Amino acid sequence: MAAVTSPNQRLKISLKYLLLILVALVFVFPIVFMVVSSFKPDLQLLRDTSSFAAFLPVGDISLDNYFAAFRRAPVGLFVFNSIFVTTLTVLGSLFLCSMAAFAFVFLEFRGKEIVLSIIIATLIVPFETIAVPMLMVVNSLPWIGGSGITWGWLNTYHVQIVPFLADALTIFLFVQFFRDLPKELIEAARLDGASWFQIYSMVIVPIAGPVFATAAILKFLAMYNQYLWPLMVTQSEQFRPVMVGLQYFFQLNTAWGEVMAYLSMITLPVLAFYLFLQRAFITSIASTGIKG
Amino acid sequence: MRPNQTKSLQSNTLAGWLMSGPALLLITLFLIVPFLLAFWFSFTNQRLISPNPTQFVGTSNFEQLLGVGTLVLEPETAEDGSLVVSDKGELSYPRVRDFTRNNPDFQHLNGMREWFGWDWGNTRVLVLARDLVFMKALTNTLFFVAVVAPLQSLIALLLALMINQKLRGINVFRTVYFMPVVVSIVVVSLLWRFIYDGRSGLLNNLLQFLSFGHFRPVDWLGNPDTAMWAIIVMSIWQAVGFHMVIWLAGLQNIPLTLYEAADIEGASSWQKFRFVTWPGLRNTAVLILVVITMQAFALFSQIDVMTNGGPLDSTQTLVFQAVQRGYEQQNIAGGSAISVLLFLMVLAISLVQRYLTRER
Amino acid sequence: MKSLSILAATLAFSTALGGAAFAQTNLTMWYHGAGSTVERDLINGIITDFNGSQTDWKVSLQEFPQAAYNDSVVAAAVAGNLPDIIDVDGPVMPNWAWAGYMQPLQLSEGALDGFLPGAIGKYNDQVYSVGLWDAAVAMYARKSTLEKFDIRVPTLEEPWTREEFDGILETLKASGEFDYPLNLGMADQGEWYPYAFAPFLWSFGGDLVDRTSYETAEGALNGDAAVEFGEWWQSLFTNNYVPGTSQDMASHETGFIDGDYALQWNGNWVAVKTLEALGDDVLFLPAPDFGNGPKIGGASWQFGVSSTSAHPDGASAFIEFALQPKYLAAFSDGIGLIPATAEAAALTKNYAPGGALESFYALSEKQAMLRPVTPGYVFEALEFRKALSDIANGADVVDALDAATDAINADIARNNNYAAAQ
Repeated sequence: MAAVTSPNQRLKISLKYLLLILVALVFVFPIVFMVVSSFKPDLQLLRDTSSFAAFLPVGDISLDNYFAAFRRAPVGLFVFNSIFVTTLTVLGSLFLCSMAAFAFVFLEFRGKEIVLSIIIATLIVPFETIAVPMLMVVNSLPWIGGSGITWGWLNTYHVQIVPFLADALTIFLFVQFFRDLPKELIEAARLDGASWFQIYSMVIVPIAGPVFATAAILKFLAMYNQYLWPLMVTQSEQFRPVMVGLQYFFQLNTAWGEVMAYLSMITLPVLAFYLFLQRAFITSIASTGIKG
Repeated sequence: MRPNQTKSLQSNTLAGWLMSGPALLLITLFLIVPFLLAFWFSFTNQRLISPNPTQFVGTSNFEQLLGVGTLVLEPETAEDGSLVVSDKGELSYPRVRDFTRNNPDFQHLNGMREWFGWDWGNTRVLVLARDLVFMKALTNTLFFVAVVAPLQSLIALLLALMINQKLRGINVFRTVYFMPVVVSIVVVSLLWRFIYDGRSGLLNNLLQFLSFGHFRPVDWLGNPDTAMWAIIVMSIWQAVGFHMVIWLAGLQNIPLTLYEAADIEGASSWQKFRFVTWPGLRNTAVLILVVITMQAFALFSQIDVMTNGGPLDSTQTLVFQAVQRGYEQQNIAGGSAISVLLFLMVLAISLVQRYLTRER
Repeated sequence: MKSLSILAATLAFSTALGGAAFAQTNLTMWYHGAGSTVERDLINGIITDFNGSQTDWKVSLQEFPQAAYNDSVVAAAVAGNLPDIIDVDGPVMPNWAWAGYMQPLQLSEGALDGFLPGAIGKYNDQVYSVGLWDAAVAMYARKSTLEKFDIRVPTLEEPWTREEFDGILETLKASGEFDYPLNLGMADQGEWYPYAFAPFLWSFGGDLVDRTSYETAEGALNGDAAVEFGEWWQSLFTNNYVPGTSQDMASHETGFIDGDYALQWNGNWVAVKTLEALGDDVLFLPAPDFGNGPKIGGASWQFGVSSTSAHPDGASAFIEFALQPKYLAAFSDGIGLIPATAEAAALTKNYAPGGALESFYALSEKQAMLRPVTPGYVFEALEFRKALSDIANGADVVDALDAATDAINADIARNNNYAAAQ
């Protein structure tokens, strides 16, 4: 940056930073509280909540809570399950939803307007309100797997994945983005004799990186934080994700230190994923957000 | 070039259905079918578990939810016809329960409860609801949406303006402001219970510190007057980063040349915002408003973790009630009826929104 | 011919060889203790012993976190996906039995002799579930506090009366030494409310539902006795005797030990921890008598057999196996609960004659009363909890009880009076 340094301007910049930092504190303090608390024994943790010590790694600091958390529950398994289910769902939904959006934007076919309106309308339905009917649906579906055809999907990975492979919000995001792309790209490729799928995969996907990042983050957050659905459809520990696992820590005498350790551990992968995609994410929103 | 060039380029029904088919099939199976099932349940007496057969009951679930009545009370009079006045100088009225419980003259009010009322001279007019908890959930949800949608949009815009400055290290702030979005709302709600605690909570301690001890601790989640606001503040805190990023994107899409032109004309900061920035953000504003409205109507997790709808129903919401009835009370029919009403309401609102913000 | 006999011989041989390992039929069991390593070890111990003790059945365990257990079972029941053996919270059992996903146990004659009544889950005159333990609630107090304020130590024969109890709370409040005189555990907003507080209502003479018919709550939950209870309940909060619904879990758990609360109404599962912290000074006192005798709630978690089990005999065999005194004693030692029989109590550290928690056994035996044994209980408990919360937060007592009564009656009507399925 050019060194413009009249005292007045320097003051102005300092004030700007001060404001930015104050606001940053507002956003970060509960998270600091969570992480710091995870290193404290229960009694101290609770006592510290009444002072600024809540945010400082002071007193009796140790990793005990982390060890205890691993003894109480198969934390590694839960995190693996969540990441496994989430990753497959994110990948699948990026593919299916972007392809559907491609069709809606670039292909003319009978009925697409009404279909698109119906999809947008399903944005309105909160998942919690249809969970039970959905349970009934998945319970009556067949699945072809290692042991031939089985009926009912309960207690598997796929029951946590397949129902969420397509959703209105993701399709909506892609549609908004694709609408801004120049139609000439498509026409040129079509003249070269490319099939529609080739155009999708070789022309559109390569230039849609940002919207993929956005959709990936949104889907990742939604899937990773699932609670109600996995609770209803998984019965063995083997398939349990992190949010159901959280309940392991609420016993008659809740060990808050362990809760904080567990919360810190399950939040870490999401933060990492976000930081990984962040740059693309922010540019992407720049291009999708706009058409409303 | 062939004459039907354009048509053959774009009209391809088979490819269209093939490419959108998988997603459509999944959405039909896992969203539309369950919703239609819920729609059907709302006209039956379906239970989550029951040995009794399911029966079609018409619209009675909806009548139960939406039933309202009015009751006009005259002040009580003494034998001589004069009004009975209490020590505090207040008139006394007969109890509502005398009319709503087993009163053959007021059969239509049986089982209703007082929702709200007002005085009309000496006469008191009361509006009664058949399902008071639902009515409170409805008004609370509307209140939440009405506060959160504009407030969260505005705060997100202010934050976006802040982090749209060209300053060294601004990316760090962008990341930090976004961080709460990344943390599960369940986790956030658990953490904020410590913050809102009425005795030793962080918020009370902070306010006492800032006021040099003059502030009297408030039981934020335990007081019907503050509980919903506490939920609102936390919800905005958690979600505002996301909408900030959308605003930021909109801001960055405004051509710099427009600002340069404004500079040349000597526009003030406010004028630049009013005549350059804001018009450029119109579409972004629409998107943000729609997304926030939808999310606000789905308010559930915060309630589930923090207040369970209390105290005194001050934080009941529609989705929370739908879940409560569907699972805990094993009344799928009642829960589904709420879902259907919620759907219709949000649909209506989004149609109105779309009409108001249509391209003219 | 020859090859056939070889085949037959091979078959016979392999069957004999496989014996114990292969002929065992698999049974699955669900338990609500996930996250509690102590419970996991105990239940796994029983299962290992059982699987080794006979050759017919092999039980395998699936654990659930308690907070998610009931929802998981209900979801599995909707999907028809239940295991052979389930555990069930006592008062919920009639609902599950009525809904048709439990079946009566097949226990041998006399298997339940000597069990505390709270440990036996009976519905429609049939035993559907049985517990290895019962739980009991007591009034925790410090001997030193009572002496300091000249408060009489109540006994089962002569519990505190209502006037006495109110006076004690007033004295303790006036002393200014405590944040609150009494901790009721309002932070614990689950089954705790009906379990811990319905006994107060019973002692006043009210109930959640009319137990003669189980078809209406009118008069039971909103009659004079219930209203009197409600007004007393509200006075606890208006007088600041008790922290309200927003009490945080942490102070509920540590407040009594820390001396923030003078008295605490809590279950025996925290007794060991409290003893460790306070030693001899702690007393476990019987419930106050509000007019109809001192009452506490009976029935805790119990084992039962799902209706879809293909091997109810095996499932029952496992449950009967688990009822041995040594297992009852082991659970009691592990998690501090009251063993279901006196014989087992004698084997435990704490409940043996002269043991530190012996008084709980008597409390359970003398005061315990079951929550209404009806499928409608699940709903009644929710409405009762809501009414108690609302009254504590200042709702009109009569209106709150009326509302709960109406809701319960509507639920009963919606369910065809919870009549048994024909």
